[in-house]
Amino acid sequence: MRELYQELILDHNKKPRNRRAMADATADADGFNPLCGDKIHVFVKVEGDRIADVSFDGIGCAISTASASLMTTSLKGKTLAEAREIFERFHAMVTGEPGAPVDEDALGKLAVFQGVCEFPVRVKCATLAWHTLKAAIERSGDAVTTE
Amino acid sequence: MHRTLARPAFDVETVRKDFPILAGHVWCKPLVYLDNAATSHKPRVVLDAIERFYKEHNSNIHRGVHWLSAAATKDYEGARDKVRDWIRAAAREEIVFTRGTTESINLVARSFLRPRLKPGDEVLVTEMEHHSNIVPWQLVCEEAGAKLSHVPIDDRGQLLFDEKLLTERTRLFAFVHVSNALGTVNPARELVRAARARGIPTLVDGAQAAPHTRIDVRDLGCDFYAFSGHKVFGPTGIGVLYGRKELLEGMPPYQGGGEMIKRVTFQKTTWNDLPYKFEAGTPDIAGAVGLGAALDYLGTLDWEAVRAHEAALLARATEALSTIKGLRIIGTAKSKASLVTFDMEGVHPHDIGQILDQEGVAVRTGHHCAQPVMDRFGVPATTRASFAFYNTLAEIDVLVAALTKVRELFA
Repeated sequence: MRELYQELILDHNKKPRNRRAMADATADADGFNPLCGDKIHVFVKVEGDRIADVSFDGIGCAISTASASLMTTSLKGKTLAEAREIFERFHAMVTGEPGAPVDEDALGKLAVFQGVCEFPVRVKCATLAWHTLKAAIERSGDAVTTE
Repeated sequence: MHRTLARPAFDVETVRKDFPILAGHVWCKPLVYLDNAATSHKPRVVLDAIERFYKEHNSNIHRGVHWLSAAATKDYEGARDKVRDWIRAAAREEIVFTRGTTESINLVARSFLRPRLKPGDEVLVTEMEHHSNIVPWQLVCEEAGAKLSHVPIDDRGQLLFDEKLLTERTRLFAFVHVSNALGTVNPARELVRAARARGIPTLVDGAQAAPHTRIDVRDLGCDFYAFSGHKVFGPTGIGVLYGRKELLEGMPPYQGGGEMIKRVTFQKTTWNDLPYKFEAGTPDIAGAVGLGAALDYLGTLDWEAVRAHEAALLARATEALSTIKGLRIIGTAKSKASLVTFDMEGVHPHDIGQILDQEGVAVRTGHHCAQPVMDRFGVPATTRASFAFYNTLAEIDVLVAALTKVRELFA
């Protein structure tokens, strides 16, 4: 079980980074996972083509909370294009075949979520914050669900 | 007494041998199946009955003149008699086969309630209903401009019933016999009596009651009773609607098609007799046969012993879980079926369910299709361990040990 609940995930679940509302956000969006009742609100401040700040608020399971927390620490300061690429890699990892090679250099700490691919039910938890951020940036403004 | 084949004593280890899946393993650990409120497992006699039907009697029912069709019809109608026997209905015409509790309730909402619902009328449910006993009524209420109201519940998860909730505008009182989310056993007879005294028809959602107790619809006095085959150790895809004959007779069909007609012309169709009027199309014949076999199986159990065993499971679980730090049991009614729903401080139910699964323990996590109950207790989701008579006290110890691991991991 430790494979899924790595120390880093447990730590970010217990002490989520950047869990706060953002008054000067340039975009924000709601995300909802009706399966487990997880609700998240993601805030982002984009300056030029760079993510100057990103934060979240809400309640969720350890996987979704830690994923949101690590997302914020991984994307702060990245360009939108870099952020998109990281999300694509992250998404490919958690939806990939168990045992498939993971580019740990490119993913950095996010590689800690590689265990998720063995539990398809949890993919929605791991990606909720990311989908919500994407929606915020795309300025859809509409709530995103994982359904 | 319905049946006289009761075994001399209830021996859980002997009973477990009747259920092939219970010998299985998950993640290399013996399966501890505590998700019986979602669906129950099937004894070998049910699996055999379904296989035998397909191997030896498979055919369409009622209209065939050939031997197989007659045999299949006998099997299917035989299953109806077994259901009537099991729930002590007055007549076989009062037993309608459906796909499950949900379809049974939708049938009553559409065919019974909708035609008699007028703007300003009311339908009464309770705060502890499963969505399947809320949404069908909501749909017809919206159409008719009627209002859906509910009986509130207290902090223990018991109904705060007040006869004043039954008004002169109430056209139906629909309530759950046993709550899937809280385990509360409602005083069904008393609730029915209060409604009847005002001439208000009643529907009892028996999905969670049927696996734990003998049902006697005439003793309850209800107008409709609904339950599912798969929760009473039968197959999925088959369920039952019991309805009092006078009411069923006055109701228009639910679906149109074959079997439910007497004569069809392009000008007019004459409906078939009960219960066929409500069974359009080829039904789940093998499912009905499997359900019949499940009820036969249940008939061999000593139900006093089953009740005592399940009470012991509930007592052990309640006591042991209460000792786990930060664990709060949700649903502490005086009269409870054998299930425990809980919340664990600082741990999301999804994480609990995941870690328990790795220990071979299957529980349910989420809102249990009872979001109003979750709202009432201020939680987005909970974890539920629900027991059947084939569960053992040792399995509850496995559950407790696994929850202790959760506590350690999320310390």
